Amino acid sequence: MSANFLDRFRAVLLAILLAACFAVPALAGPFEDAVAKFANDDFSDTDEAIGAVATSGNPLAFPIISALQDGRLSADPDTKQVFVTGADGKIIDAATGAAVDKLPDNAAAVRLNNRLRRAVEAALGGLTLLSPDPAKRIAAAQSVFKSHDENALPVIDGALAKETNKAVKAAFAEARAAILLYKSDATELEKLEAVAVIKARGDQEALALLTGLGSDVPPNVARIAASAIASIQSDLQMWSMVQNAWYGLSLGSVLLLAAIGLAITFGVMGVINMAHGEMVMIGAYTTFVVQEVIRTRYPDLFDYSLLIAVPLAFLVAGAIGVLIERGIIRFLYGRPLETLLATWGLSLVLQQAVRTMFGPTNREVGNPSWMSGAFELGQITITYNRLWILCFTLAVFVILLAMLRYTALGLEMRAVTQNRRMAASMGIATSRVDALTFGLGSGIAGIAGVALSQIDNVSPNLGQSYIIDSFMVVVFGGVGNLWGTLVGAFTLGIANKFLEPVAGAVLGKIAILVLIILFIQKRPRGLFALKGRAVEA
Amino acid sequence: MTPHVLTRSLDRSATIFILIVAGLGVLIPLSNLLLPAGSALQVPTYLVALFGKYACYAILALSIDLIWGYCGILSLGHGAFFALGGYAMGMYLMRQIGSRGVYGNPILPDFMVFLNYPKLPWYWHGFDMFWFAALMVLLVPGLLAFCFGWLAFRSRVTGVYLSIITQAMTYALLLAFFRNDFGFGGNNGLTDFKDILGFNVQADGTRAALFALSCLALILTFLICRAVVTSKLGKVLIAIRDAESRTRFLGYRVESYKLFVFTLSACMAGVAGALYVPQVGIINPSEFAPGNSIEAVIWVAVGGRGTLVGAALGAVVVNYAKTFFTSGPLAPYWLFMLGALFILVTLLLPKGIIGTFNAWRESRKATEAANAESAALEDGVGEPKPAE
Repeated sequence: MSANFLDRFRAVLLAILLAACFAVPALAGPFEDAVAKFANDDFSDTDEAIGAVATSGNPLAFPIISALQDGRLSADPDTKQVFVTGADGKIIDAATGAAVDKLPDNAAAVRLNNRLRRAVEAALGGLTLLSPDPAKRIAAAQSVFKSHDENALPVIDGALAKETNKAVKAAFAEARAAILLYKSDATELEKLEAVAVIKARGDQEALALLTGLGSDVPPNVARIAASAIASIQSDLQMWSMVQNAWYGLSLGSVLLLAAIGLAITFGVMGVINMAHGEMVMIGAYTTFVVQEVIRTRYPDLFDYSLLIAVPLAFLVAGAIGVLIERGIIRFLYGRPLETLLATWGLSLVLQQAVRTMFGPTNREVGNPSWMSGAFELGQITITYNRLWILCFTLAVFVILLAMLRYTALGLEMRAVTQNRRMAASMGIATSRVDALTFGLGSGIAGIAGVALSQIDNVSPNLGQSYIIDSFMVVVFGGVGNLWGTLVGAFTLGIANKFLEPVAGAVLGKIAILVLIILFIQKRPRGLFALKGRAVEA
Repeated sequence: MTPHVLTRSLDRSATIFILIVAGLGVLIPLSNLLLPAGSALQVPTYLVALFGKYACYAILALSIDLIWGYCGILSLGHGAFFALGGYAMGMYLMRQIGSRGVYGNPILPDFMVFLNYPKLPWYWHGFDMFWFAALMVLLVPGLLAFCFGWLAFRSRVTGVYLSIITQAMTYALLLAFFRNDFGFGGNNGLTDFKDILGFNVQADGTRAALFALSCLALILTFLICRAVVTSKLGKVLIAIRDAESRTRFLGYRVESYKLFVFTLSACMAGVAGALYVPQVGIINPSEFAPGNSIEAVIWVAVGGRGTLVGAALGAVVVNYAKTFFTSGPLAPYWLFMLGALFILVTLLLPKGIIGTFNAWRESRKATEAANAESAALEDGVGEPKPAE
């Protein structure tokens, strides 16, 4: 809200300034005099003009100087009028900003030599360094940091003295250090201080700056720079580990979310549901429909769309799950291979149904404002949607665990899966529990779809890309054990992301699949197998 | 194969099946080649290629029925063996193109020139010889199945676990073959074939010959399967299917039996793939898609698992339906049909077409026998048996 207001305020200010310029074209001030000097076609006059215009504070200064750099500034030597041809071909009078229909016939481009070009660059850097927008000032400081151009030093020094914003000040100090480090006549002490500042920055660019240092620096500086390089490199390595770990956690949370419903239907009930991925897809499409309705009817509620979609997706996918259990799966208990085939067929039907209803292309699901954006943590960037999904996954996991542990339905579920006939003898309606358990697993898959719609394409094939991974997670973690699924998902996620930089994305995935296949040979019942004495589980 | 084995393995339906396949294998090529084009009885070339494809699918279905129907191993990765056999044949066909490719390189196939391969990768050597390629058609799927099965069966991975890791296997291969630097043409696969053994693959005669060969391979595969399942080995396989632990406790090395039949089945799938490629003219990574393998399983389920004849019949029926529906205005509904087929067959027709037919015939025989008995009773010839 406040940013919006500031933007508007700035726009109004700019408009007033521009209007002021248009309003007083006749008054010849120092700015107009300086602009007129461009028309003299004399290199030293042009140099003075650049300096005067750049320090004038006139809003036309930036367009004029950048036009000069690109050869779009032309002057009429007779009338001493100077014109800026915009990048879009529109022509304005440089002194007044008034629009001009066409250039006079004898207008010629203002010429530059190499010395002037450097002056233009420094002036441009200075103009943005003095920009009222802190983000622009930081960006300008970054470009000076990269170019470490000596000409920018006086501007930087001046800007640094005036600067009050802490972040911008740090950026200026780094830019100044970069210049001093490369400036041939800087003192050794200045250079040593510069190395310290750059080392404190500690990112890839700082590393490039230090490694690019030639051999003509004092030996002390070279020594300190070498140790700074080593320390930055080890820091960067640590950060890349942290980054991989974060990506791994993020992938793991997605895998867990997709697999957690499967851990109920496959793990607890022993039903192999190949249409599980389609439940995820249905959840994602539910989100899409909710957002469409909100967009057309209640646009103000958009930020709450996901909160509305989560229970709806649970209900829709859960209801479809109960229907599937009543209609198909209950006839196939004890015939796992047939269940597999029937649910595969079901997945084909569901995919094609969604394709018929919503079309085969990706549908757009938006991020609410609280899920978009990112923040920096040290050297890594963490996006809010990934962070929310991680938190959401853990919450779903905890709720599910608590539900199985503390509610009556959870108790009945565990009883039925442990010993169906005994549970039936104790008066539990086992077929009702079966339907509800399957509905619960499917509903959780639907919730997963809501979360995945935020980071993946919502298309009829959404579920298919997760089904094999989900089975891998459940099988790896150990069937019938939710904790195993948790550990399995995060292990696979992190292993995948640490293999990726070494082997590449596809080979990393293949390696993981092969490793799981080998792992299942070693421990056919998964990481956390339920202990039992049965010959056949 | 002694005459004894042959007579034992051929019951009436098997004989009928072989006669039909052999008849088609002779008549269709003859009608295609000898009758004038446009004649009512002439089979057009595109149909010959289509039927050839069905024959290859029938071989694949037989190989799946051998392990699923008789040994209870549900492989969801048999498409991988099929595709590997296809790639082996495709590599031979690529090498036969020689300098007739777009880039005219006598050694390197076009896609390698395009991707700047300096020389032929080591695993492409030898594929310019047909005997070597034919050997690889059997060896590569067989070896993969042997290694995979050795690991899986020895550690007693069974049931759905095995199904899922076979699916993961074909998925991993799918990802690998999609890569350009894997050396098998990446996304586009191998195509644009010219010659097979010196004959033009596009020519009518070659197509007819390939169809006849596919029928021959189908008959041979069928005979091998029959020989296996009617032998003592086959009895052990059925015992493993019905009660694996009990068979193990009786002293049979279950894993060795499973390994043998799994490897044999993979080799058959490889042969099917090898015959398939010259007839469709392309092999690409999509053949590894997990969906293909599951679809092949449903052919077997439709025809009737554990009947062999049913597997082949199911492959032809389902694929004919697929051709019929996907080429007409009903195309958008084909996936609904296929999905419904999966569900309905498992729910309502668990024995498949042939299995249900056999059950119906036997029950009719039983009622006839009962009728005869009751008729005899009415005549007062015999006493009713006491109920057990």
